Amino acid sequence: MAYEKDLNLEATELRLGLPGTSEESAEKQTSATLRSNKRALPDMNEGSVSGDNHSNVAAAKKCDQETASPTKAQVVGWPPIRSYRKNCLQPKKTEAETARIYVKVSMDGAPYLRKIDLKGYKGYPELLKALEDMFKFKVGEYSEREGYNGSEFVPTYEDKDGDWMLVGDVPWEMFTNSCKRLRIMKGSEARGLGCVV
Amino acid sequence: MFWGNRKTLKMNYFPDEVLEHVFDFISSHKDRNSVSLVCKSWYKIERYSRQRVFIGNCYSISPERLIARFPGLKSLTLKGMPHFADFNLVPHDWGGFVYPWIKALAKSRIGLEELRLKRMVVSDESLELLSKSFLNFKSLVLVSCEGFTTDGLAAIAANCRFLRELDLQENEVDDHRGHWLSSFPESCTSLVSLNFACLKGEINLGAIERLVARSPNLKSLRLNRAVPFDTLQKLLMQAPQLVDLGTGNFVHDPSSEAYNKLKSAIQRCKSIRSLSGFLEVAPHCMSAIYPICANLTFLNLSYAPGLHGNDLTKLIQHCRKLQRLWILDCIGDKGLGVVASTCKELQELRVFPSDLIGAGNAAVTEEGLVHISAGCPKLNSLLYFCQQMTNAALITVAKNCPNFIRFRLCILDPQKPDPVTNQALDEGFGAIVQSCKGLKRLSLSGLLTDQVFLYIGMYAEQLEMLSIAFAGDSDKGMLYVLNGCKKLRKLEIRDCPFGNEALLEDVGKYETMRSLWMSSCEVTLGGCKTLAEKMPSLSVEIINEIEQMEFSLDDMQKVEKMYLYRTLVGHRKDAPEFVWIL
Repeated sequence: MAYEKDLNLEATELRLGLPGTSEESAEKQTSATLRSNKRALPDMNEGSVSGDNHSNVAAAKKCDQETASPTKAQVVGWPPIRSYRKNCLQPKKTEAETARIYVKVSMDGAPYLRKIDLKGYKGYPELLKALEDMFKFKVGEYSEREGYNGSEFVPTYEDKDGDWMLVGDVPWEMFTNSCKRLRIMKGSEARGLGCVV
Repeated sequence: MFWGNRKTLKMNYFPDEVLEHVFDFISSHKDRNSVSLVCKSWYKIERYSRQRVFIGNCYSISPERLIARFPGLKSLTLKGMPHFADFNLVPHDWGGFVYPWIKALAKSRIGLEELRLKRMVVSDESLELLSKSFLNFKSLVLVSCEGFTTDGLAAIAANCRFLRELDLQENEVDDHRGHWLSSFPESCTSLVSLNFACLKGEINLGAIERLVARSPNLKSLRLNRAVPFDTLQKLLMQAPQLVDLGTGNFVHDPSSEAYNKLKSAIQRCKSIRSLSGFLEVAPHCMSAIYPICANLTFLNLSYAPGLHGNDLTKLIQHCRKLQRLWILDCIGDKGLGVVASTCKELQELRVFPSDLIGAGNAAVTEEGLVHISAGCPKLNSLLYFCQQMTNAALITVAKNCPNFIRFRLCILDPQKPDPVTNQALDEGFGAIVQSCKGLKRLSLSGLLTDQVFLYIGMYAEQLEMLSIAFAGDSDKGMLYVLNGCKKLRKLEIRDCPFGNEALLEDVGKYETMRSLWMSSCEVTLGGCKTLAEKMPSLSVEIINEIEQMEFSLDDMQKVEKMYLYRTLVGHRKDAPEFVWIL
């Protein structure tokens, strides 16, 4: 099938069964598996190769993401359980647990602030990566003793007491509960917080 | 020849009243349908005496025709959306509205007493109209329906003066909290069955206590999450005659006064045979129900994620008379072993997955199922979600339990082969269909080739419903089934390599079936169009997801979702934008 080659799905194909199973059945397995993922993609036949590189790439990316993770987590309607039952059995989310925590994020020198939901991240690495992407900068390496080493940008936050704290010192849960706003400090001001440049 | 004439003579000799009396003994829908086909006079007598009608697809017939044929109708069962709607494969607003039915029945002179709906859209308006239109209305059962709020329930409670049954199972209800229960007038003392377990909101505890206190005929009571432990105790004191109980919140301190009171209240309920609920539960509280376990025939713990292996087995060891068990897979294979050695009367087992995010921690495997099959020879109905399955296990199960009527196996990882041999599960399922001659419903999973369908076509002579996902290699698979299973009524297929050739080989077959669902298969728009052209008695629906609006009208285009069904009334008029009826 033409579009399979275009999307280079072989590199990311999800193989079921032990390695060394016959080519034929493996192929059939993967094409059937991929079928469920391909369904969401527009048909990539004919003219799309030359004319539509952008959507090819986008579609390839999408497919990569889908086939890279376990199929069962991605397939719509699988396992076949009624939504009613699924909703009842989800790990109990109290109002407090599901409530989002939106905080403002400012960066020195940036023309406007952003807002992020702290609940959307599982921990510091994810949060920092998101901030780096959002504001196009890089933090240094974190150590308890020296703070962020190796960059003029330092992530800080204002806590419930109104103090400016270095991001990363306290356990994540404690941080999300006490963080009121974030500020990415830059340059000389950052040095005051123990950053060694 | 002479003998033939004598037979005819005898049939015409009976007056209608006698035949009607004879027909009274025939209650099954299938049998009554057969009776009506014998001759014109039998058709006439049967239709006037028919009180219960079952309509498996609400779009197969119109309410007007129903009313015209069965003027004595008292009980109507209707089903709307296709089964795969349960798994989010059918968009909301697809259809299945009950309002037109209620409106038509209300206008007629039908004295409706019972309405049972499954997978239908039920508006508050319909409930209100229902409650005001039928003086003798007695029983409302809603299963997996949506579209209504507690306001609609309030109308039912307030206006149905002789209401006996209000049974809400797994519906999506918009809960406006509290007051609907208070809508039951003080004069309402006729309740026999009340199930509101699926309601999410708070209820008026005083109202439920008073209602139960004035309902001496109450046999079945299923509470929701909002009913606390101590209210349960009060309710049980008022209703020791209960046969079926669904608890709400079952969390309390086992050393407290309330706990002891509940324990003694439960002990008075010597008639309880069916127990469910435990929507919130702590393991240490379960000992309160040990006194009634010995008589239980149905136990549903599938909504109680707070109970784990040991708690469950301790409990089940008291339940020697159990016939039906619904449980979560945290019982584990060993726990199923305990079930197998304790519950010798077991007929139906459902094991649901407790881990739904797919972290791969399903706690039961083929071992648990083999234990059960060895210990419970009366087993005839199975729903089993598991981590893995082997051919050897299935072959053993088939040998041990030849009485399966329903066999639904769901291996959580789609297309997973036998982990021991790395083969497809064709032989295992083949053994099941060969051994279980009465098999009516089958759901397949795991790695499967066309071979399994060959077996199904060959051996599954009584099969009425088949669910297939991620299986097969070619059109041959689907053809084996269509050609072989003479009693097939419902076929639902997703993500299989079946295409136009299979779809179109025997178009007449679909007239003998209720419906066919195919999604993410290889059938094209052209194939569906051809089918629709050849079979005007079928309604062929193409369901488009929103992203596919730009979806061209190219016949070569694969169809994402197709649902077809036989109908006597042509294309439905209430299809939404995204449904295209060919």
